Amino acid sequence: MSITSLKEYWMTFWKYKELLKELVLRDLKVKYRRSVLGYIWSILNPLLMMIVISIFFSFMFRFQIDNYPVYLICGQVVYNFYSDATRQSMNSILHGGALIKKVKLPKYIFPIARTASSFINMLFSLVAVVLVMIITKAPLSLTILLFPLPLIYLFFISMGIGMILSVLVVYFRDIEHLYGVFLLALMYASPIFYPISILPPFAMIIIKFNPLYHIMIMFRDVMYYGNIPSLRDNIVCMAFAILSIGLGLIIFKKYQDNLVLNI
Amino acid sequence: MAVYAVEVNNVTMKFNLAREKVDSLKEYFVKNIKKNHIRDEYYAVKDITFRIEKGESFAIIGANGSGKSTLLKMIAGIYKPTKGNIIVRGSIAPMIELGAGFDSDLTAAENVFLNGAVLGYSRAFMQKYFDSIIDFAELWEFIDVPVKNFSSGMKARLGFSIATAVEPDILIVDEILSVGDASFRKKCEQRMAEMKAKGTTMILVSHSMDQVLKTCNKAMWINKGDMMCIGDAKYVCERYSAKT
Repeated sequence: MSITSLKEYWMTFWKYKELLKELVLRDLKVKYRRSVLGYIWSILNPLLMMIVISIFFSFMFRFQIDNYPVYLICGQVVYNFYSDATRQSMNSILHGGALIKKVKLPKYIFPIARTASSFINMLFSLVAVVLVMIITKAPLSLTILLFPLPLIYLFFISMGIGMILSVLVVYFRDIEHLYGVFLLALMYASPIFYPISILPPFAMIIIKFNPLYHIMIMFRDVMYYGNIPSLRDNIVCMAFAILSIGLGLIIFKKYQDNLVLNI
Repeated sequence: MAVYAVEVNNVTMKFNLAREKVDSLKEYFVKNIKKNHIRDEYYAVKDITFRIEKGESFAIIGANGSGKSTLLKMIAGIYKPTKGNIIVRGSIAPMIELGAGFDSDLTAAENVFLNGAVLGYSRAFMQKYFDSIIDFAELWEFIDVPVKNFSSGMKARLGFSIATAVEPDILIVDEILSVGDASFRKKCEQRMAEMKAKGTTMILVSHSMDQVLKTCNKAMWINKGDMMCIGDAKYVCERYSAKT
């Protein structure tokens, strides 16, 4: 890809930034339309889920984790964003079909808009995390201010995978059903409600291929443990982000002109 | 030398017909193994070349399934031609389906901005035209009503109003004026005549010879993807009527 064509891509993207904004606004408006509590649900939802899971686990298993509610909700926020963003992106091209068939548009705008609206939703749920930290009297350290770091890596990871899925699902509708199972597997393969220390050695090796594992560790480090993420952690997360977005762009570019014929 | 708004050079469009469409993984593998993964190819447009001058009103006529809409969609940039190329000079307002970008859960007012963005206009820009859009569509009463509660005529009115609010260089119209009541249709025709007078290039697909003769000076007849004839609207319409 030459520099001029890259520049051209950027120009089209810039031209359609208004559309991106409108699509994100649309998603946010429609999400809680006609519900009484509206956006409060974005805070309430992770909070209630966390309460249910922590009650359940405090009877079933006792993990050796300090401040289990904070541990749990940090993991949940990361996983829920990934799952919501990729699932929404996956269907974005199919749902935008009416538009894609009638107006000339850069199609990548759809998965990007869905990822962005999920991201904004997730930012609301951070209020829930802070609430839980205050209620449980967790130590608040300055590293909390670094919270955007893991989340931005996660944003790009989710966006890349969302783009790939949005193309695949146009060709193979089965992906939609298969991905639900994959997300379930991913949930168990991520340290959301269990400590990493319970994993047997072979599982430790496998889990390192899961980007959410690294993101969760970094997110908990800055939010709760007061650790500044090391250079190595940053490089690992960045590598996942670049790999995902790079692959997403390549696959999307290759198939974007044929999408309209297969919707 | 004439300035061309649209140049269509040796354009061919091939579709893989959906008759045996493979859209599940299982089918894909089964088909691959059985080696009968043969695609049904269908040429909707075959090697067509023509030019439309700036300010011209150009009609594309032909029977159902002759490739008119495919051609229009290629000019609008929705389909990429399998072969050949298309050069378009100026901004395009595609009216292939009115209100294609509407979100049924959003209100009329919100949809004005969403649809405007789809056509490439910013919120601030649409704000300037907002009053005239709603005026033309005659929808002030329903401005805060979700579009899902609109009748198809109301949706078409809003869609037409948005698409023509900003004067484009090229207007693409695909048999949309069959919706809406007589008075609104008249209003639309009037607005299109105004745009034409101001130098907008118009490309129209229609089954109504009356409409073609009334609004267009040039026409093209295509049949099953082949160009049958092109030229003066009256002449082309006569030949088309004689053959059918």
